[in-house]
Amino acid sequence: MKRKILTIALLGLFMLPIVALAAGDAPTVAKNAAAVKEVQTHLDYVWTLIAAALVFFMQAGFAMVEAGFTRAKNAVNIMMKNLMDFSIGSLAFWEIGFGLMFGVSKTGWLGTSGFFFSDFKPGGDPWILAFWMFQCVFAATAATIVSGAMAERTRFVSYLLYSAVISALIYPIFGSWAWGSLFHGNGWLEGLGFIDFAGSTVVHSIGGWAALAGAIVLGPRIGKYGKNGEVRAIPGHNIPLATVGVFILWLGWFGFNPGSTTAGNKDIAMIFVNTNLAAAAGSIMAMITAWIMFKKPDAGMTLNGALAGLVGITAGCANVSPTSSVIIGAIAGTLVVLSVTFIDRIHIDDPVGAVSVHGVCGAWGTLAAGLFNIDGMSAKIIMTQLTGIGTAFIWSFGCAFILFKVLDKTIGLRVSREEEMEGLDVGEHGASAYHDFQITG
Amino acid sequence: MKRVEAIIKPFKLDDLKEALAEIGVSGMTVSEVKGFGRQKGHTEIYRGAEYQVDFIPKTKVTMVVAEDIVEEVCQAIIEACRTGNIGDGKIFVSDVDAVLRIRTGERDDAAI
Repeated sequence: MKRKILTIALLGLFMLPIVALAAGDAPTVAKNAAAVKEVQTHLDYVWTLIAAALVFFMQAGFAMVEAGFTRAKNAVNIMMKNLMDFSIGSLAFWEIGFGLMFGVSKTGWLGTSGFFFSDFKPGGDPWILAFWMFQCVFAATAATIVSGAMAERTRFVSYLLYSAVISALIYPIFGSWAWGSLFHGNGWLEGLGFIDFAGSTVVHSIGGWAALAGAIVLGPRIGKYGKNGEVRAIPGHNIPLATVGVFILWLGWFGFNPGSTTAGNKDIAMIFVNTNLAAAAGSIMAMITAWIMFKKPDAGMTLNGALAGLVGITAGCANVSPTSSVIIGAIAGTLVVLSVTFIDRIHIDDPVGAVSVHGVCGAWGTLAAGLFNIDGMSAKIIMTQLTGIGTAFIWSFGCAFILFKVLDKTIGLRVSREEEMEGLDVGEHGASAYHDFQITG
Repeated sequence: MKRVEAIIKPFKLDDLKEALAEIGVSGMTVSEVKGFGRQKGHTEIYRGAEYQVDFIPKTKVTMVVAEDIVEEVCQAIIEACRTGNIGDGKIFVSDVDAVLRIRTGERDDAAI
């Protein structure tokens, strides 16, 4: 009897919603459109900011790669440059950079509003904050690319000044040409149809060509090139650290590329996959290329290869197929080994391969985004890509070269011979990185 | 009293320590050194540039022993550390003028 009552009661409970449905109160997307939109907006925020945190973590990756590829006597200096690239970059981008890059742009050449967060009122729409955070970590990525190419011989104070200028001016102005319309601006380059989804050119080539300017103005490290022009090895002091750094950069790139949707939707899946396949193909081809050229599978080149693949896919990650990503990454991996060797042969000393990884492979990636475009390639698209690639080189290399020359002639860009040989940790920072260990060389 | 200084291949250190313990030598000082004799270095390659590594890591073991056991100590070291390949190392024996134990002030034979 009791069981019968219980059964009837439960049945009644289950009948209630059916009755309610029958009465026409069914939830529909249309009825809840506002709520659905709000959830999507929240998801956009969450994904964008998680991605921003991943890209921030790339700063740790850069620090480790640079330290691993250079000598222990300069490790503190490398750490300080990386810390300051992000800190100064954050402030410079808050003050000036963001406004130049994403402010209202009447001419298509420069943003002119939004400095010091003037577009944000407390209590107002916080999307500007999320968007700024994401863009800030991108700007900092471009800035820190240069510190590797200028490692082991640059005056700290001169480097700080450069770091402020690239985050405040060089990076954002070019960025406004390619990405301004993502916010309040508009750029002449994007108006031509320039494809650079996550920044092969906007971030990596801008950084890479500035790095080239720095390495040229500085000159090579003492002892790098012999009297007869032979290239001498200056081995890095910690290959495992460099490797962990590359893994961290690879991880961070899962924020860099998919995060550039700034939206939590299904598009991020293909971007994730493209990113990973390109990195994998890049590291393998770099290893094979180095193995053929130097008879051994070289760890440093393989590491550079993974990064080359990642840089190479950054422009096209949202508009190429996974198969294309493998090809793009593979070519980047081969290209980076050839580029590193070539740049050494013309006696430009780049201790970590920043120019090759970011400059050269950034250009390749931008071109590849046009060549492998899912919706079809055309001469117009290729011309537009080449226009962006060329403009980035002229702008970044030109501005940086002038900046470094001015610094060199005024306060001095390079440390003295004695300080370089003793190590920048002692000379610039009065410290040693590995106090308990005896450092040789 | 004699100082016996042996430069050996680093992976032979444990063998040397055990061999000396067996003949009653229980104290020694160890340092990491680099060097070469007839053993040539090797070539390494870093980012496409070849370089020569001439100085090879070795371990230097120093001990001060009574004169009457010097021969026995040297033979024990040779047996423990010989591999037959170039680079096995060398032993240097020299005079010691005085030995003092810091804790007690004991001198010479009492301090070894």
